[in-house]
Amino acid sequence: MKTMFEATPINHKNLGRQKLFRFLLGSMTALLIFPVILIMGTLIYKGAPVISFDFLFSNPTNGMTEGGIFPALLGTILLVLVALLASVPLGVAAAIYLSEYAPDNWFTRIINLAIINLAGVPSIVHALFGLGAFVIFFRFGTSILAASLTLAIMTLPVVIVATRESLQAVPMAFREACWNMGATRWQTIRRIVLPNAITGILTGVILEVSRTSGETAPIMFTGAVFFLPFLPQGVFDQTMALSLHLFVVSTQVPEMPEAVPYGVALVLIALVLMMNSLSIALRMYLRGKKKW
Amino acid sequence: MVSQENAGPDPQTNTPAKLHVDDLSIHYGSHAALEHVSLDIQENEIFGIIGPANAGKTSFLKAINRMDMFDPNMKTRGSIQLNGHNIRKVRNVYGLRSRIGVVFPLPVGLPLSVYDNVALAPRLRGLKDKAELNVIVERCLTRAALWDEVKDRLDSLGSLLSGGQQQRLTIARALSQEPELLMLDEFSIAVDPVTTMRIEDVLKELKSEMTIILVTNLVQQARRLADRTAFFLEGKCLDIGVTEDLFTGEVKDQRTRDYVEGRFG
Repeated sequence: MKTMFEATPINHKNLGRQKLFRFLLGSMTALLIFPVILIMGTLIYKGAPVISFDFLFSNPTNGMTEGGIFPALLGTILLVLVALLASVPLGVAAAIYLSEYAPDNWFTRIINLAIINLAGVPSIVHALFGLGAFVIFFRFGTSILAASLTLAIMTLPVVIVATRESLQAVPMAFREACWNMGATRWQTIRRIVLPNAITGILTGVILEVSRTSGETAPIMFTGAVFFLPFLPQGVFDQTMALSLHLFVVSTQVPEMPEAVPYGVALVLIALVLMMNSLSIALRMYLRGKKKW
Repeated sequence: MVSQENAGPDPQTNTPAKLHVDDLSIHYGSHAALEHVSLDIQENEIFGIIGPANAGKTSFLKAINRMDMFDPNMKTRGSIQLNGHNIRKVRNVYGLRSRIGVVFPLPVGLPLSVYDNVALAPRLRGLKDKAELNVIVERCLTRAALWDEVKDRLDSLGSLLSGGQQQRLTIARALSQEPELLMLDEFSIAVDPVTTMRIEDVLKELKSEMTIILVTNLVQQARRLADRTAFFLEGKCLDIGVTEDLFTGEVKDQRTRDYVEGRFG
């Protein structure tokens, strides 16, 4: 029996390759993790000392070199929430139409191409569009509403593409089985397709939150300001924002204590992680329930 | 043409046909799946369709349910009349499909609970009453010979049942539509022989309530169940008649006899 399991030269060759590729792929993954650890490590090491209750929940004072970042923190949360309110319903609705209703013709293909192109437009161009459209044409002024709508337009492709992909991941056989029983398209979408695509849609929302909270250029022209001594009272007010505040404290204020920008960056990342963890938790809950 | 002799009302009872198919051809692009098929199916009969792969049996069923609407490549010509209404002219195609129950060879357990799978069709019709739904679910699962296996876990996912169980779940779902016409395409492919026999017994009972089209690869299954049987080969309907005649009586085409006796196919 010994000869039966003895390795042949071709076995040796295959095993050698297997080890080589495993090593190569593994080290690529390690390379990816390295910068993340470096960034997070630096931020926590240098920024953590300035984080305190006062830093988070009080207004900046003394030319922003002292006090806290509360207006910026609140501003970013508001900007992201209003942007989500605008882009999620719009993006999900458009994705449902494109995936479930639109016939496969040249017009649909042009729309799909336009969505991909929209994702490739630089954020400064979206900023100028937002300035022209929302601030000036719709007379929203530089305000949370104008800035959030600009962010919403910018992140729409993310929501649409993520939603469309997750809808199309639902097997066609489920739809046909449902249609065969006399269900309309909408009944099928409502009862079968959407409940099984919801985790993918939430992934799109997570991506959107991350991208929206960090953007600086689109909100600079449309609603975010360097410094405000008071909190915004409504969506037509201007606001401070963490991303812009980070830019300001890093480059625009002389004699800024070195730790402050690190602290602001740490808060920004922590905020994104917290908002994401909410939808990640929801996703895990839903994924546990639905399967095929 | 063989089939034309069968067109029109049933010569014995003189009732109009449940399903009247006239010169039906089906193409996928340039490929012809079915050519010039004409046949009548009477109310409350089990109509068998036998034939080797690629004979156009499944395409025939798809056309009756207007599934050509799902596939822009699939083109049908000719006419199909259900209860005397041309199905191509039916505006409410959802109403048409809800009267036709269909079971395809690959079972599809929808990603819903077992209960919701069977309750789906009644709910689509607007039925909300819990007690009525319970009755329908139990009756349909029992008829599909699945009730005993799932009655204690109606909440588990239909898509996680075994292949054979999903097949019977699909049958239960088709029955929950309370269809006038039940179309079964190789329903027993994933089901063990004992369960198959149980379902066959149920089909004989259901005959009094509905018309059944039974597409099968198992020639003996057609012989056991079907009142009349058609033999499809390469997109053509070569023979059609009282089932027993295909096996023992006179056949129009020698290939029919060769097939039912297992000499080819």
